[in-house]
Amino acid sequence: MLPLIARSSQEVLLLVPGSLREGAEALGVSRWRTVVGVILPTAVGGILTGAILAVARAAGETAPLLLVDSIYNPNSTQLQIFGHGVPNIPILILTTSEAAVPEGFTRAWGAAFVLLVCILLANIGARVLLARSRARMSA
Amino acid sequence: MTAWDPGTGRGAGDDAVRPRVRIQTEPRPQAVPAPTQNGGAPEAVREAVFDIRDMSVRYGENRALDWTTLKIYRHLVTAVIGPSGCGKSTFIRSLNRMNDSVPGFRLSGQVLYHGHDVYGSGVNRVEVRRRIGMVFQKPNPFPKSIYDNIAWAARNLGMKDDLDDRVERALRSAALWTEVKDRLNQSALGLSGGQQQRLCIARAIAIEPDVLLLDEPASALDPIATASIEELMLQLKSRYTIVIVTHNMQQAARVADRTAFFSLDVSGANRVGTLIEYADTSTIFRNPADLRTRDYVTGQFG
Repeated sequence: MLPLIARSSQEVLLLVPGSLREGAEALGVSRWRTVVGVILPTAVGGILTGAILAVARAAGETAPLLLVDSIYNPNSTQLQIFGHGVPNIPILILTTSEAAVPEGFTRAWGAAFVLLVCILLANIGARVLLARSRARMSA
Repeated sequence: MTAWDPGTGRGAGDDAVRPRVRIQTEPRPQAVPAPTQNGGAPEAVREAVFDIRDMSVRYGENRALDWTTLKIYRHLVTAVIGPSGCGKSTFIRSLNRMNDSVPGFRLSGQVLYHGHDVYGSGVNRVEVRRRIGMVFQKPNPFPKSIYDNIAWAARNLGMKDDLDDRVERALRSAALWTEVKDRLNQSALGLSGGQQQRLCIARAIAIEPDVLLLDEPASALDPIATASIEELMLQLKSRYTIVIVTHNMQQAARVADRTAFFSLDVSGANRVGTLIEYADTSTIFRNPADLRTRDYVTGQFG
């Protein structure tokens, strides 16, 4: 995950025009303040997008392991809030749709919908960040 | 000027500390004629802001500029003209140490700013650039709001009092205030090219420098935007010392009090930028002392 973030951040930082750095240095602002005040804000959207993609990839690689583990060992990998486990959506979908009662199917559809909304929000967030960084880059 | 500088008592050991910027130079070759300096100081004796002595610049093995000696006077517009590749930009960028980050850059000779060596030991180049501002060929506003473009450097340099006032004064000085006063919070990238360049000038004067270096500030602009930049220069010279590099001779003739003509010295094996002539602008354009200057300003080459 770290190499992915480092590599994508490096690419984005290289995209920051050298003329911006020169302009800031010509104003008698130290290099450190130039990096913090001009270069990082210009690149932050791209860096965050890279970080999100890296997290997504890590999550994707971890998901099958968690899924298998939580089927056989329901209590060990569940998030505990208010003293009891938070339902794991994919497992919830599996168990309720296997329950062979009408409420079970309804719950499975509802859970699937919640999952889709979560993914949609994550994607929209990433796209907004990307669009903002593009708008800043294009002079 | 060898590595031993009797004026400051700095010795050859200095080279070990700052090998990038100071080199031991060979004695001045006799074959190179001294640059013609007619006219002397204009009118009364003006205070010299820059006193450049035997400045030579090389990038690695390439000599870019040889034996430049000239003085730049206070509250005058000094133009630097010459054909491409003659070291104009190298010259102006050496005045505020913008070349330090160029790989292989080495400078010999002295660049005295009010008597202080810009390349002296213990000189902070960030401080040098604060006093000697620079505007580049291509407008380079920061991807921030118009207000923040100007306020950012001032804020970082500790000029936090009356920031609104400072921004307004800078924009007024750059003849941009009436055009942008209603949209100070909008992105500077939405301005036109000429407005962006004036914003860059406003940004430079907001931190109250002593000298403004303009490296072909109008070459990427249309004639109307160019005219407004030129008018601006004439207004600003009462408060700032301005050095402008231009490859537009008419522009130099319109705005400059003094003009320096650089050209390529092709007599040796390689082509090196050399100061040919430095005099009042009227002398350079009407009655140049050097044949090469006359050929250039009359359009025989370049």
